[in-house]
Amino acid sequence: MLHLILFSVFAAVCVAGAVNLIAQRHPIDSALSLVVVMGSLAAEYLLLGAEFVAAVQVIVYAGAIMVLFVFVIMLLNAGEEERTKGSRIALLFGVPGMLVGSVLIAWVLIERSGTHAVEAGALPGQPRIIGWLLFHDFLLPFEVTSILVLIAIMGAVVLASRPDAAEQPRKEG
Amino acid sequence: MVPLSYYLVLGGFLFACGVTGFLIKRNIITIFMSIELMLNGVNLTFVAFAAHWGALSGQVFVFFVMVVAAAEAAVGLAIIISVYRTRETLNVDHVNLLKL
Repeated sequence: MLHLILFSVFAAVCVAGAVNLIAQRHPIDSALSLVVVMGSLAAEYLLLGAEFVAAVQVIVYAGAIMVLFVFVIMLLNAGEEERTKGSRIALLFGVPGMLVGSVLIAWVLIERSGTHAVEAGALPGQPRIIGWLLFHDFLLPFEVTSILVLIAIMGAVVLASRPDAAEQPRKEG
Repeated sequence: MVPLSYYLVLGGFLFACGVTGFLIKRNIITIFMSIELMLNGVNLTFVAFAAHWGALSGQVFVFFVMVVAAAEAAVGLAIIISVYRTRETLNVDHVNLLKL
């Protein structure tokens, strides 16, 4: 019962954050609602027993990625988005479409999947077990990911650097 | 005890919100945040199924999704910065030319 109450509370916070992300027009408000969504999702992961995933969710998603987002929003001085004709049409069809789609998904899932219940903390997801899996069964994907991250770092540096940044010191000197 | 379907519905709703935001938003940063929202919905589904089937591989996959999302965020935001530098706008409707 307590499990269900906790799930409902965090699910409500999560849904409110997701809706607010769409409703807000200023990017910084959307970013802060996304932090709320990620924080409550971390609580849901804890309810499912995925301790490691919950910790990584808070550290990487709500921490690192969102700081990067807020940093870019501040850096580019992003203001309120303007409504165009295309966005009004998308709003007109998108929101009802989303409502119909999510009601359909909910109906099918609740009707078809029966009453399989997930116990709180049924599956131990401690860092020790996840780490063991990562370095035994998933060693190759793990190493490939490290290459991906390295390429991403280099790509970000190359893309974000000014084209004339390398030449400027030469001009001054 | 929470039925598995509740978690799946929550994940599906987050994904639907992400798709809607992706379609109706015009600010390129907000569109990017909608993509992150979709990834989060999928992650919740992964963890719920991992708990349901008793297979920890689902949680390892969530870890990989997070790593890819972090890499994607770094590269994507760098692209946004360079788009803003050349066009001085973040509105995707105004970014409609391949060549300046």
